[in-house]
Amino acid sequence: MNLKDVIVCRCEDLTLEDVRKAIAEGYTSWDELKRVLRIGLGPCGGKTCRLLVLRELANHLMLSVDQVNYRPTVVRPPLRSTSFEVFLKEENG
Amino acid sequence: MTYDIIIIGGGITGVSIAYELAKKKAGKILLLEKEFLSAGSSGSCAAGIRAQFGSEFNIGLMKLALEKFEVLAEELEYPADRIGLWQGGYLVMSSSQTEWESLKARVTVQHRLNVMTEVLTPGEVKYRFPDVNVDGCFGATYHSKDGHADPFYTVFAYGKAAERFGVEIRKRTEVTELVRDDQGIKGVRLADGGTIEAKQVLVATGAWTHHLMKTIGLDIPLWGERHEILITEPVERVFSPMVISFSLGYYIQQRPHGSFIMGLPPEQKHRWFDPAEFDISPTWGFLERMSDTVHRILPRFKGLNIVRQWAGLYEITPDSHHIIGPIEEVPGLFIAAGGSGHGFMYGPGLAPIMAEWMLGQPLSYDITRLNYQRFAKGELVIEPAVVG
Repeated sequence: MNLKDVIVCRCEDLTLEDVRKAIAEGYTSWDELKRVLRIGLGPCGGKTCRLLVLRELANHLMLSVDQVNYRPTVVRPPLRSTSFEVFLKEENG
Repeated sequence: MTYDIIIIGGGITGVSIAYELAKKKAGKILLLEKEFLSAGSSGSCAAGIRAQFGSEFNIGLMKLALEKFEVLAEELEYPADRIGLWQGGYLVMSSSQTEWESLKARVTVQHRLNVMTEVLTPGEVKYRFPDVNVDGCFGATYHSKDGHADPFYTVFAYGKAAERFGVEIRKRTEVTELVRDDQGIKGVRLADGGTIEAKQVLVATGAWTHHLMKTIGLDIPLWGERHEILITEPVERVFSPMVISFSLGYYIQQRPHGSFIMGLPPEQKHRWFDPAEFDISPTWGFLERMSDTVHRILPRFKGLNIVRQWAGLYEITPDSHHIIGPIEEVPGLFIAAGGSGHGFMYGPGLAPIMAEWMLGQPLSYDITRLNYQRFAKGELVIEPAVVG
């Protein structure tokens, strides 16, 4: 398997190689990887990549996925990308 | 193990001062961070940097900071596209005749310090920035060197550079108490119960500073306040300035990456001193208020999709300026916190000066008025040009 060919994050175009490299550099949590790779910061909000990345972290840290450090505030609204127009009070009354 | 200097806090303030101290060969330096670099307010902030302030003191200091941002990628040996310096200017909008007069008065001060802000009539704003709705605007000021830098990468870049100069950085290492005796500071106690000794300790823990200083009986007037932000999907770069209103509180900017980042001050302000009270959950009301603002100020972009909203803490002091310098009652103890919404933009400018202060060297810019003792003496530092 060529790590360069495995897409982990479609929003920001990141591969498994990018993720493993960053983990090896010491960015060993979801929050840090988000900041250094922008993984999870795209339109899907991490819904595609988060579990894949957590599994990579778990393997690296030799933990189970539920033991990987994860901030409670990290899943951020809105659940789906939503236009400003949806929230306009003036138009929606 | 004894260190020359322990720095607590891995935000912009802590990492930049660690780097500047190490560059000056200040000895064995340890930086302790309870989560990871940029985990606190630096990593939640709006990424704006500007010299358009109102007081000579702040204009001069932010001019230094902008000059530092301009050479930062090179100096820290970090990719420039990651530092993300984008000098598309801040467009400061007025919403009343009174505000317009005071904005113009500030430009006079800015010009005196060679910050060459332009004064624009509503017609000129319309011509230069056609996407901006100028209804209700009496005029705007524009300084082309203001703009944006990436807070995550800037903090990481400082961290990496500090490590190259020999600074030891320990993340996920929480300091629970400061340790002192009659002579002065002795070191810190960690969550695991261990202590680490140092000749000097710098507390750069943002909104967490009050709590930490209390462990040795110091009552620092500094609290956390929730401020909310959102970001849109990235689109082609079409809009260069940060549009901002001090009176209405909004700020909106397109990042180099293409997304629009924006915020508004809270409707209800809480003063949180105890970290147990800190609440950075996002609210629905903010989405509504922000959407109305975008519709009003930049109507062309109202169809953009919001991908994420979050909140962070402003670390506020009674006069909305940093508390920085030595704590006289405890020799060896220093503080650098309380940026009051401007910690990230001031960081690179303040750090070299703070390093000088800690090493007993003459200060290249007089920041002594930001000392902790100013509150007891009633010598507050006043700045008119702030948001919320």
